[in-house]
Amino acid sequence: MTRLTVNGTPMEAVSDPGTPLLDVLRGEMGLTGTRFGCGLEACGACFVLLDGRPVASCTTPLSVAEGRDVVTIEGLAPGDELHPVQRAILDEQAGQCGFCLSGIMVSAAALLARDPHPDEEAVVAALDRNLCRCGVHRRVVRAVLKAAGEVTR
Amino acid sequence: MSERLAERVSIGPDGVICVIAGKVELGQGVLTALAQIAADALGADLAQVRMVAARTDGGPDEGLTAGSLSIQRAGPPLREACARVRAACAAEAARRWGVSPGEVTVRRGEFRAGDLTATYADLAKAVDLPAEEAPADAGTEQNVYVGTSVPRLDLPDKVAGRPRFIHDLRLPGQLHGRVLRPPSPGARLARLSPPPQDLRVVRDGSFLGVLGESEAEADRALGRLRRLAEWDERDTLPDENDLDTFLRAGPHETIPVRVADGEPPEGQVIEATYSRPFLAHASIAPSCAAARWNADGTLEVWTHSQGVYLLRRALAEVLGLDHDRVAVRHVEGAGCYGHNGADDVALDAALLARASGGRPVHVRWSRADELTWAPFGSAMSADVSAVVDEAGSVRSWQYDVWSQGHISRPTYGGRPGLLAGAHLERPWTYGAPTDPPPQAGWGSARNADPIYDFPRAQVTGHRLTETPIRSSALRSLGAFMNVFAIESFMDELALAAGRDPLEYRLDHLSDPRAREVLRRAADAAGWGRPGLGIGFARYKGFGAYCAAVAEIEAEQDVRVRRLTLAVDVGQVINPDGVRNQIEGGAVQATSWTLKERVRFDRRAITSRDWESYPILRFSETPEVAVELVEHPDTPPVGSGEAAQGPVAAAIANAVAASIEVRVRDLPITRDAIIRAIG
Repeated sequence: MTRLTVNGTPMEAVSDPGTPLLDVLRGEMGLTGTRFGCGLEACGACFVLLDGRPVASCTTPLSVAEGRDVVTIEGLAPGDELHPVQRAILDEQAGQCGFCLSGIMVSAAALLARDPHPDEEAVVAALDRNLCRCGVHRRVVRAVLKAAGEVTR
Repeated sequence: MSERLAERVSIGPDGVICVIAGKVELGQGVLTALAQIAADALGADLAQVRMVAARTDGGPDEGLTAGSLSIQRAGPPLREACARVRAACAAEAARRWGVSPGEVTVRRGEFRAGDLTATYADLAKAVDLPAEEAPADAGTEQNVYVGTSVPRLDLPDKVAGRPRFIHDLRLPGQLHGRVLRPPSPGARLARLSPPPQDLRVVRDGSFLGVLGESEAEADRALGRLRRLAEWDERDTLPDENDLDTFLRAGPHETIPVRVADGEPPEGQVIEATYSRPFLAHASIAPSCAAARWNADGTLEVWTHSQGVYLLRRALAEVLGLDHDRVAVRHVEGAGCYGHNGADDVALDAALLARASGGRPVHVRWSRADELTWAPFGSAMSADVSAVVDEAGSVRSWQYDVWSQGHISRPTYGGRPGLLAGAHLERPWTYGAPTDPPPQAGWGSARNADPIYDFPRAQVTGHRLTETPIRSSALRSLGAFMNVFAIESFMDELALAAGRDPLEYRLDHLSDPRAREVLRRAADAAGWGRPGLGIGFARYKGFGAYCAAVAEIEAEQDVRVRRLTLAVDVGQVINPDGVRNQIEGGAVQATSWTLKERVRFDRRAITSRDWESYPILRFSETPEVAVELVEHPDTPPVGSGEAAQGPVAAAIANAVAASIEVRVRDLPITRDAIIRAIG
């Protein structure tokens, strides 16, 4: 049994402690918003916040999350609310297939939490570990800058 | 209980109008555009229209979602079906109210005649007509949604992280399956040590899979299975550093695209050779499917395939079933840019589910399998030569392109064409890829015939008819390479003549829509500044017009700073949707042009992860500006593939304009530039 907090709720995970956190989230916890992209921590699709920092959940064993705070795309904002980044992504229609977006929004939320006033360069740098294949990069950058404007208000 | 008013339209008591599409959402936004068309034809509120994913049990057969044809092909019949439903409901309202049908109007889903009103839900119950017999269109359809940037209907779920992708599908009692692919294309299973009892292995010939209760268990089981298998491997692949020789060695099918009359005129001859490597789809998600065998011997399959009916036929053939025993249903996957592993993984799921005791099986490929086993876009090589007059204008043009075929989709070429089929005890081998016919815009020769007014031109394709490498449709098929070659060469001709590349093109071009997109892109980009490159094409010769201007930096590596595109797709259904497709196509084409190359040795594909198959990152992505050239009275054509070729050429031409190096072999890496200088 591994104790951890997921999206603000204390949880007990029964999976083997060596199980990738991604499989625990998508499997026994039913939180399928976090994506499997490569399993090699090379694309960012599986990013979650671990104590506020974006990590690749595909290569993070459950044991590493013991006693720590995990936030997934489902928990970026409370209840049915959307995080400013999520709202801005919709406003800018910054998506095509949308598969990379969970990890991208997790990276962006972490950036805005530590730097509410990022410039474009900082946004690009914060998202550079996330891959997108449909080519919505510039829309995403615009959306994150827009969300930053909202966060400050 | 919903009232079904046509093959594809049913109306619920809550007023929700379900429209079953024959086309599938690939990440391109087509369901949103089709919903706009349906809502306007119905006179309904967009919010009451629900698009239902394509399926063989209850949905229309509209073939593939491919070739930038969905709006063009699926729009009119959908509009017709919805207009008939509207007319039938209007006629019912008129009957009830004792007025003539002409007096009934409908707007935002409300039928009205004077003070009398009724909704679709009120009327649908009393309307019981097969759509074909319903009265034809009554009244004039008003465009409320068509032509506006309606937000994507599928994005809210995806942005909130709600289950929507096939990867999120959880069927009751579902097992997770993994396939152990051979280590290389020519490998065969030599020996399998007896698996321990707790390992649930499925084997058929060289096809090997495992089952687990969870994804993690299935992954662990796959690792154990790998250690039990021994393979016989052979070298079957060509020399990746000399693909020109491989592509030109044959045997070939000769494709006469345009045959010139008589002998070429006298004059100065200029010639060049261009190439591109194999390219991978490299979607962010690996392919995925689910399947369930029922006690009555029927099979249900969930897939992100581009063609549920074609996949059904291929599955039925491999599994020895009648078509009507197989139901194939579309569920959204990650971005689809052509024939990827979606169909293959569906057979994997069916094979594993056949051995699961009736429990459904959900299968997801690994990243390595996705990059090494999904079909590739073919490598290509082209020779261009021109005879020019004293002013440098083209008097005669000759183009030859060598390529593998660009289609090996399920059932094409008379074979199921599914990966695992070739590994079975009784194998279904896949043949060499073929090409679409001329009326579908060719494959190897797509866009090989330029739109310019050359007095004489000879254009020939040469398709390899034997190859160990599986290739199939990748966004724009041969057009990416052919436009890159043609438009690079036009630049070379212009520079050789000392003429401006834009003016040189316009001097050879009478099509007014072509001229307009070139001018619009050039104006928006500030043409005339040094260092810019331009590229242009009309996709397939009958699709969208697109011109691109690139602005680059070339220091250590080439970096594209900005792309400016102008596009003419005729009538625009959703302006932001078109912009998004053009922007995305331009960014993906930048990635192909600067970075991408499938690597292999003589035995195995070696680009198997994001380090060995890098794609464009946020820090490398250009700013993209899109000018829409609108022709509202011209039928709409698709936008998804229009940008690929023009962008490649614009980048190569910008490199030549900036550092005076002509790179003719893609990708334009630092090494390629050094080679081009040498």
